[in-house]
Amino acid sequence: MSESMFCDMCNSKEINRLNAEFSAKSCNEKLARSLVSAMAVQLDPTIDELSDIVTAVSEAVTNCIIHGYGKINKKKEACIIKFECILYENAIEVGITDEGCGIEDIEKAREPLYTSSPEMERSGMGFTIMESFCDGFSVQSIVGEGTEIRLFKIFGGDNLCENTTIPQ
Amino acid sequence: MKFELAKTGNLLIVKVSGELDHHFADEIRIRIDSELIKPPVRDILFDFNGLSFMDSSGIGMLMGRYKKVKALGGKAWIICNNPNATRILEMSGVFQFIEKCESIHDAV
Ligand SMILES: Nc1ncnc2c1ncn2[C@@H]1O[C@H](COP(=O)(O)OP(=O)(O)OP(=O)(O)O)[C@@H](O)[C@H]1O
Ligand SMILES: [Mg+2]
Repeated sequence: MSESMFCDMCNSKEINRLNAEFSAKSCNEKLARSLVSAMAVQLDPTIDELSDIVTAVSEAVTNCIIHGYGKINKKKEACIIKFECILYENAIEVGITDEGCGIEDIEKAREPLYTSSPEMERSGMGFTIMESFCDGFSVQSIVGEGTEIRLFKIFGGDNLCENTTIPQ
Repeated sequence: MKFELAKTGNLLIVKVSGELDHHFADEIRIRIDSELIKPPVRDILFDFNGLSFMDSSGIGMLMGRYKKVKALGGKAWIICNNPNATRILEMSGVFQFIEKCESIHDAV
């Protein structure tokens, strides 16, 4: 399991952690939203803050199912999505990892409205939503091995200056 | 997720409540498309006021249906009071194609 990428962004220590694995089935998109929500509410976020991180997680998990494992010839039950959630005093970090096909050109994939699956009626907005709804976002991917998305959201953004140092 | 279909004249009214994600977007798409092939249906109104969650899967579903009614010479409207869903719809430019309205009366 990878190390936290964003802990430097909130100078508070880790207070809780959840690791889970689930099958790459679309019914588990809701499960992932429930998991992140159950963790996030421990920090008493605003409705908007909660909905931002929940939406970003939903995007990342949907991508694993549709793109990561979508064209892989393997039973869905055997395709595993790894979910890692770390709580800090004022922030949440979520890692979502698949062992699917990987992304060839990450820069292109992150462009708004770029999708490799227009025939499946995808809009190409998933990465754009993750980036704009979170305070930190990263993609690591190796073709043929898989993709890891890390999302980071600070709660109580109004007090950002007091509690948080964003690394230069 | 809860899903209801109603018709008045040319207009198909699609009421979705609860959580609209990839899992349910696939289901909704099939059921709408089976109505869009039945004349005189030509226009579509999405009533998303009961929506508690939507992600990009909703955008794809909406734009796909928009293209179908456009091909029929029809029009598409959407009612949505969920702030999160509205933000996503704005970001992706959906309102340029599907007109935002306040109530069903704007479309009939
Ligand atoms: N986990 C993944 N594995 C492999 N490819 C991915 C993965 N996530 C994203 N991609 C690639 O990046 C592209 C952009 O992703 P993004 O979520 O922005 O759009 P989309 O999923 O195609 O459409 P939308 O999210 O709007 O339904 C995808 O079309 C796909 O090619
Ligand atoms: Mg996506």
